[in-house]
Amino acid sequence: MARLAEFKGKQVLLGAGISVPRGALARSAAEAAAVAASLGGAVVVKAQAWTTSRAAQGLVCFAESAEAAGDAAAAILAANAGGFPIIEVLVEERVAIASERYAGVILDDRRRCPVLLISARGGSGIEDTAREHPEAVAELPLDVVEGLPLHAARELWRRVGVHGEEQRKLAESSVRLVAAARQLEARSAEINPMVLAADGRVMALDCRITLDDAAVFRHPDLGIEVARELGHPPTPLERIAWDVEKDDYRGTFYFLQMREGFGRGQRVVAFHGAGGGGSMMGMDALQRHGFSVANFCDTSGNPPASKVYRAARILLSQPGVDGYFGTGSGVASQEQFHSARGLVKAFLEEPLAVPAVVRLGGNGEEKAIEILTGYTREIGVPIECYGKDTPVDFCAERLESLVASFTAQAPRPPQRAPKPPSRPYTFKTPTGEITYDHAVCEHCKSKACVAACVPQILKLSENGVPVLKVTLEEAARGRCTECLACEVDCRALGAGGGHVHLPVPGLDEYRASRGME
Amino acid sequence: MAILVNGSTRVLVQGITGREGRARAKLMRDYGTKVVAGCTPGRGGESVDGTPVYDTVLEALETTGRIDASVIFVPAPLVKDAALESIAAGIPLTVLVGDRVPVWDVMEIARAAERRGVDFLGPNTLGVLSVGKGVLGMIGGRAESARSWFRPGGVGVASRSGGMTSSTGYYLCRAGIGLTTLVHVGGDGIIGLPLPAVARLFQGDPETRCIALFGEIGGSQEERVAEMIASSEVSKPVVAFIGGRAATKGVRFSHAGAIVEGGRGTHEGKVAALREAGATVVDAFDALPAAVAKVLEG
Repeated sequence: MARLAEFKGKQVLLGAGISVPRGALARSAAEAAAVAASLGGAVVVKAQAWTTSRAAQGLVCFAESAEAAGDAAAAILAANAGGFPIIEVLVEERVAIASERYAGVILDDRRRCPVLLISARGGSGIEDTAREHPEAVAELPLDVVEGLPLHAARELWRRVGVHGEEQRKLAESSVRLVAAARQLEARSAEINPMVLAADGRVMALDCRITLDDAAVFRHPDLGIEVARELGHPPTPLERIAWDVEKDDYRGTFYFLQMREGFGRGQRVVAFHGAGGGGSMMGMDALQRHGFSVANFCDTSGNPPASKVYRAARILLSQPGVDGYFGTGSGVASQEQFHSARGLVKAFLEEPLAVPAVVRLGGNGEEKAIEILTGYTREIGVPIECYGKDTPVDFCAERLESLVASFTAQAPRPPQRAPKPPSRPYTFKTPTGEITYDHAVCEHCKSKACVAACVPQILKLSENGVPVLKVTLEEAARGRCTECLACEVDCRALGAGGGHVHLPVPGLDEYRASRGME
Repeated sequence: MAILVNGSTRVLVQGITGREGRARAKLMRDYGTKVVAGCTPGRGGESVDGTPVYDTVLEALETTGRIDASVIFVPAPLVKDAALESIAAGIPLTVLVGDRVPVWDVMEIARAAERRGVDFLGPNTLGVLSVGKGVLGMIGGRAESARSWFRPGGVGVASRSGGMTSSTGYYLCRAGIGLTTLVHVGGDGIIGLPLPAVARLFQGDPETRCIALFGEIGGSQEERVAEMIASSEVSKPVVAFIGGRAATKGVRFSHAGAIVEGGRGTHEGKVAALREAGATVVDAFDALPAAVAKVLEG
């Protein structure tokens, strides 16, 4: 779930008709002082960080003057929250408060509908309030289409002991909050505290809004860069991974960095899972064998080989890993040779410099194992591959013993760009481009590409070289499924005339910045 | 018997002209499923591997006479309309295979299904497979794989993880324990037929003698199954594994989400609830087949 920072959330609420304090963002003490001066009077300076209980961490400060606001901002910007730097503070007018309440919209998996949750006691955590003062808390399941009728909102606030003019105003704001949650497609939208100001306005003093990752594509105006619940601001590598995933609906690729700044010998491995359940069990197995994972990664839901390839390249762009570990549930419904080909292409290009153990159990596993182990021998590092009858703990044990006995070799240069073709035959794929060098192909005895092409869109021309038997447009629109057989199998069995170019935007620059080729 | 799909289930495939739809319709047929029609707006009159394609679900229904289930293979942004169309046509079961369906769309689908009195499975589900009878979705992949992995017997499998649905079934069969039906309820938070609904169906299926569950952290499905066991609504033995013991807390839980569920959703909470209700919960996934065997003997 992507989150909205407090300031962004307040702008959205303001747009929905809910009052918020006047204020602006600042990135330096001087900016903060300037904002405070323009607001006039006492202000509050708040860190914009993904953390709870900011006040207790000294990340919310009151200031009586512009100068004090600048000092407070300087102190907050020098701190960090959860290991990540604080880049911005919100400087807001200080509001005189008559009462503090809570209102939130959350989604209920049991009733399968949104629920409005309110509390007469705002400010503190809603879970604590519900435990200590259950009479102050009430909830109302909502019709997802019809939303919240105003009368129902008034009645709900009456039930927690709010009456008169405040009840009327809170009910109005609650209706607007529900509408905002619906419009944003929020997984939760909470205002805490929702206050009655001394001047009679109901205002949102703080808010916490999480969005539905799957709906972020319908809200480009929110400027969400990475629609994933990462628990931290997206890292550069996570942004690169998200760019691979966001417009490619074929299967799922999930990538989350867990550690950075480690080195060889620290038993940190690149983790390539397939499927949520199997991935979690794989990470547990690694943990039992003394490893930690650099990242979480999941390629599942029948992704094309091209997506698995890009995932593997991103995983291998984490310097310092001691090994590469892949596993899924063990009994995958998807054809596992697609994953195998994606891994082979990535491992060869890199070339892989640490031991790898990959459990590719499921459909087509015999072929998958043959491809992954048979086509990568030239790399010269141990690569083992197992099927459904090998338990995940055994695979983790194998990696442990391979890593223990492995001595690193001199790094070899990456092999990403083939020799320029002398007689190129090129066509576009959904996310890349395939080139055959027909000067090479005409001497190929195997013609492995035509036989191995999974969607069977290749034929031999009169000259005995591979050409499309569908149109260029059809290939680009998806008849080419990017199975990568025409490169991977060609290289292992044929003359090596086929090359699939699959760009990963930003990855080369990222690697250069980390001292990798 | 079996649940949700059997040898006489007549199936519609929505999105049959797409990459996944075309491939999966063929695999479903290969396993013996009666795929009687396909639907893709604008492609009526075509046929895909011999299956007639219609422009609308109602047209498919009126032309073919009876449809018991529709399986939807369309990109996530289009799932809502396709599901609402199937539900409006009164198809008793709609299977939403797609991943990344927006949750507010799912809530609208749930509302429509409740009003129409029909069921849906998913979204983000591999589907359901009744051993030797039929498959909706993509459990098992190739038909020959599904036939070699899953043998008929008396255990019903329900799982929140797609891959682990097949794994659970396969490792049970490898231990000599046969299955009635395998159901992947879907990986999302809000879904059509969650574990408790599937447990209720297994309870009513005379062939199912024992229920094997693969649960996960988050949400309240496992706790609700525990409530059903405690109230004897489910009286057949339940053997469960709950994944995610080592998962980072706070990543999947929304702040207020816990309150409505009364603090539910943790690994410990789920294990305790099921054990207190009388279910068998294994700590290691590999121990599941032996535990099921023991329950079946007892």
